[in-house]
Amino acid sequence: MVLDRETKLKKLKEHQTKVNMIFQDQDCGQMLDKCLSMSPDEIIAEVTESGLKGRGGAGFPTGLKWKFAAEQKSDVKYVICNADEGEPGTFKDRQILEEQAAKVFAGMAICSRAVNASEGIIYLRGEYNYLRPRLQEELDAFNKKLKEKGFKFSIIIKSGSGAYVCGEETALIESLEGYRGEPRNKPPYPVSHGYMNKPTVVNNVETLVYCAMIIRMGNKEFLQLGTKDSRGAKVFSVSGDADVEGIYELELGMTIREFVDLFGDGDTKAVQVGGSSGHCVPRRDFEKTIIGFEGVPTGGSMMLFNSSRSMYHVLHNYLEFFCEESCGQCTPCRVGSQQLLRGIEAIKKGEKPPEYLNELKKLAETMKVAAKCGLGQSVPNPFLSIVNNFYEEIIF
Amino acid sequence: MSSTAELVQTIVGKHGTRREHLLPILQDLAKEQRYVTEDAMIEVARALDLSAAEVYGTASFYTFLEPVPTGEHVIRICKTITCYMKGKDEVIKAIEDHLRVKLGGTTTDGKFSFFAANCIGWCHEGPAMLIDDKVYTKLTPKKAIDAINEY
Amino acid sequence: MVKLTINKIPVSVEPGTSILEAARKVGITVPSLCYHKDLCIAGNCRVCLVEVKGERTLTASCAVPVYEGMEVFTNTLKVRNARKNVIELLLSEHRCDCLKCEKNGKCELQDLAQEYRVEEKSFIDLSIGKRIDRSSPAIEKDDSKCIRCQRCVRTCAELQDVSALTVARKGEHMFISTFMHKPLADVVCTNCGQCVNRCPTGALVERNYMEEVWEAIDDPKKHVVVQTAPAVRIALGEDLGYDPGERVTGKMVTALKRMGFDKVFDTDFTADLTIMEEGTELLTRLKQALVDKEKVALPMFTSCSPGWIKYIEHEFSNNLDNLSTCKSPQQMFGPLAKTYYAEKAGIDPKDIVCVSVMPCTAKKYEARRPEMKASGFRDVDIVLTTRELAKMIKQGGNDFRHMEEGEFDSLLGKSTGAAVIFGATGGVMEAALRTAYEIVTGHEVPFPNLNIMPVRGMEGVREASIKIEGCVDAWKFLEGVELKVAVAHGLANARKVMKQVAEGTSPYHFVEVMACPGGCLGGGGQPIPTDMETRKKRAMAIYEEDEHMEFRKSHENPEVKLIYDDFLEKPLGHKSHELLHTHYTKRMTK
Ligand SMILES: Cc1cc2nc3c(=O)[nH]c(=O)nc-3n(C[C@H](O)[C@H](O)[C@H](O)COP(=O)(O)O)c2cc1C
Ligand code: SF4
Ligand code: SF4
Ligand code: SF4
Ligand code: SF4
Ligand code: FES
Repeated sequence: MVLDRETKLKKLKEHQTKVNMIFQDQDCGQMLDKCLSMSPDEIIAEVTESGLKGRGGAGFPTGLKWKFAAEQKSDVKYVICNADEGEPGTFKDRQILEEQAAKVFAGMAICSRAVNASEGIIYLRGEYNYLRPRLQEELDAFNKKLKEKGFKFSIIIKSGSGAYVCGEETALIESLEGYRGEPRNKPPYPVSHGYMNKPTVVNNVETLVYCAMIIRMGNKEFLQLGTKDSRGAKVFSVSGDADVEGIYELELGMTIREFVDLFGDGDTKAVQVGGSSGHCVPRRDFEKTIIGFEGVPTGGSMMLFNSSRSMYHVLHNYLEFFCEESCGQCTPCRVGSQQLLRGIEAIKKGEKPPEYLNELKKLAETMKVAAKCGLGQSVPNPFLSIVNNFYEEIIF
Repeated sequence: MSSTAELVQTIVGKHGTRREHLLPILQDLAKEQRYVTEDAMIEVARALDLSAAEVYGTASFYTFLEPVPTGEHVIRICKTITCYMKGKDEVIKAIEDHLRVKLGGTTTDGKFSFFAANCIGWCHEGPAMLIDDKVYTKLTPKKAIDAINEY
Repeated sequence: MVKLTINKIPVSVEPGTSILEAARKVGITVPSLCYHKDLCIAGNCRVCLVEVKGERTLTASCAVPVYEGMEVFTNTLKVRNARKNVIELLLSEHRCDCLKCEKNGKCELQDLAQEYRVEEKSFIDLSIGKRIDRSSPAIEKDDSKCIRCQRCVRTCAELQDVSALTVARKGEHMFISTFMHKPLADVVCTNCGQCVNRCPTGALVERNYMEEVWEAIDDPKKHVVVQTAPAVRIALGEDLGYDPGERVTGKMVTALKRMGFDKVFDTDFTADLTIMEEGTELLTRLKQALVDKEKVALPMFTSCSPGWIKYIEHEFSNNLDNLSTCKSPQQMFGPLAKTYYAEKAGIDPKDIVCVSVMPCTAKKYEARRPEMKASGFRDVDIVLTTRELAKMIKQGGNDFRHMEEGEFDSLLGKSTGAAVIFGATGGVMEAALRTAYEIVTGHEVPFPNLNIMPVRGMEGVREASIKIEGCVDAWKFLEGVELKVAVAHGLANARKVMKQVAEGTSPYHFVEVMACPGGCLGGGGQPIPTDMETRKKRAMAIYEEDEHMEFRKSHENPEVKLIYDDFLEKPLGHKSHELLHTHYTKRMTK
């Protein structure tokens, strides 16, 4: 069933009437009042019961993260908003910050009350520097409001400088502390030993906005959306060979087929879910693949490819990205990414036999379990899903 | 005192001398001096009581702080697959011809450096590029050159 | 205590212990590369992976602490395959030329590759196009052999607080670099070689001068003399099949003679001489300060550690006056060999080749300093490390274990216990006190059996104070003075003491600094591995040797007395100034 663009847009409008939490305007003063009327435990309970999982990619239950941080005894605690959005194909955090910055700040303030944090930091990727002046203006107003309302919490903005890996929370913290953005060994986790070795909550921009909405409106509406494992909705960044591109907030739990029908150009052969570090779903799996934590999770990036695209080329592009953007400290990721890239090149050129792909697949399996952080561990996602589903395109 | 030393002193005065101030300091230096120079790194090392190598090691980690000479303005065109699919190669070609410089290079008059960047977050409106901090989207060869001509 | 099982074996360890350490406690070795006992945990090489029940991924055992009820498996197929893959990856970015490599047979990467039966290039070769830096006379850095474990970076930062090395760039371009990738000779590196001692591969090695020595020995026109430093004899054995802490002094002397050196002398002799000069210099400075009320730089710092010297020249160049002007024992020996000895033996100094064997890589640099030509010739021609000597002994084909005990040759060969302990941190201080106290008071230092325990040990900075009582007439002004001294080893500790000096708050009169942790016994040129355990054993061997010596105070060394009578006249005399003292150079601060 191929719909024309108009119909697609109409259908999307319908979706938006059902789901509209992120871009809905809200009075942040009221949000803060609501937050102040609740005890920290109540806030944590509300968020926990909503079933909200982190929207930055890793999908850790947000309520649980806040609870862990709240339990830490410390004079200083931090709330960090992860606005490093570097995953290729993801641009929803930018739009949220452009349109709903105050709700992001409110989410941070709510978190600060929940865990008893005194300082908030927004880590904004360097590529979004142009947002900074306006964000700062809004933030100054917001900080004033916080003070008026009696919060012992204020927020500052710090910029990244072009390093994808700094989106990984411990690399982000290293970067904030003035070091190279190399991910740390875990445990300990940031909730106990984060920024300046103090308990720290790191949350994605979108996660924080959902938190703000959940506190503002109660978690009922959120709970009605999504599935058991993937509660609520999420903001998708749609790009590629799509009739409709851009930012859309949609319920979690739809199949790729439903998604492709809404956005695709009628000839979609594969969808890369979750950006470079996500999975590639081929056409034959569209029906059976659910978008959500029980199926293919995504931080928001949805890239559509139609049959004119070479999946070799796509994979090559992703691998090049990882070779450059790995922090480089650990062996499986630094060298593994290069070997995967050089390996498929060599096979393409005929310098290595097709069977060499088996060695590379084994290597990918090693990278999954041996790399130090999520970056290296997820390089095998695009590699294995593309190589396994588009074998011929890689070999010939 | 050299002008670099003065500049570093001013910037350090604004941010502070602790390690966590290093990145903001380097970011300001890159803004003021186009890129982080060797002399500036030495001055920063002095001010923050670090070794020069540590400052260099940190700066060189970050694509926007890499201590390599760049032009007055830096063009960073997104090379991610989606921008590629929308025709970034033609745009690159056009810019290369227009500026007479290859991707990765700096024009002879030192006005522009032309680099490729990883996803800059405008995939739905690709091809996209940054000139310094400003974004240009839905590029065509003509639009790209018009944008460059603004500088 | 935390209880867990490793390969089903119950283990009980202190909380906070890593899986790797817990495994070693029960005799299970987990391979490692980036891990080093002296350094903080990096967790980046990923060869120490183990399986922990319930975990999705494998776990880096060096970096993860144990918890109650943990079930660890160190040798499953999954683990072995992953480790093998990791080693293959490391080799793919590594230029393998083992047969020519300085580290052959002593390389942690090679050992692992062998253990896991890894093919040299199972993946595509990524090792091409890397730089080899031979700018320093002491250290060679070969990026094509670097596995980026960052041990060197951590060493230079944590132990030395120099941070001449850093990790630069990221991803595929990440590499170990100096400031702006400048040659090592052009940066603040002190040549201490601590990084070399901790590098698991051949990426950082000492500059090797073995061939030059064999050539000199083979040249009939040359008269080749060798000196060996105090810390060599207590560690050399480690590279020749002995356990740490076994002294091989006599065998070493025989081996050197068999190798064809014309004379085998002892740096201990000039160590004693250093004490005479430096002790007198200290007393003179005290007199200038207390009696003449002159402005004189105090505390006075020892100057026998060339890594320390280059460090202070870079980092605290305003405080060079605080350094003793005495040359190091190696550099006192050189000019004496080419003047005093040449004269006595009737040999033209231009034909003398002066070789030294040192626990230290910085000595290679020191010997090349332009001012080190007091004899009119290059005072010390070739400097070998303990490791190079061990290799040459093997090359010479001699059965070291069954060698008889030899004796150093006379004139520059006699030593005392005071010289022996130069090899340990605190040793120079102790030797100096044994002599200076006696000069001033006419009786021995008030410590049982001459052992000045407060200055011994492995604490990073140690301090002591000695009340001077019963002065002889010439030194009456020191009566009742509390002599305050300090000892620092490892440049990170030296920095702490220097900071006080720079700020004008230093309470000391005399400070001993050794660039290397543990002093020379832990020098950059010593056998690998060197860690706290080996350092302690070597220190024990040194103090044992001291106790066994006929003379234990520098001023009792009969050959030292002889050289003053026959040649130098008196400490700080004219000849001494020419031959045994030096000056320092301000260097770039960053
Ligand atoms: C390589 C890498 C890059 C990441 N980039 C981002 C990012 O840009 N933004 C983000 O919110 N989380 C990112 N994450 C996830 C963070 O580590 C962390 O899980 C997240 O910020 C937690 O927030 P959440 O629970 O609200 O999702 C990244 C993780 C990895 C491994
Ligand atoms: S997996 Fe990659 S990004 Fe993560 S620590 Fe290792 S090298 Fe760095
Ligand atoms: S570093 Fe080790 S593995 Fe590499 S060439 Fe030298 S001995 Fe061989
Ligand atoms: S020789 Fe010493 S100072 Fe030089 S890089 Fe190595 S550890 Fe640092
Ligand atoms: S030089 Fe040696 S110690 Fe340093 S990172 Fe390379 S292999 Fe490791
Ligand atoms: S020894 Fe554990 S990661 Fe290197």
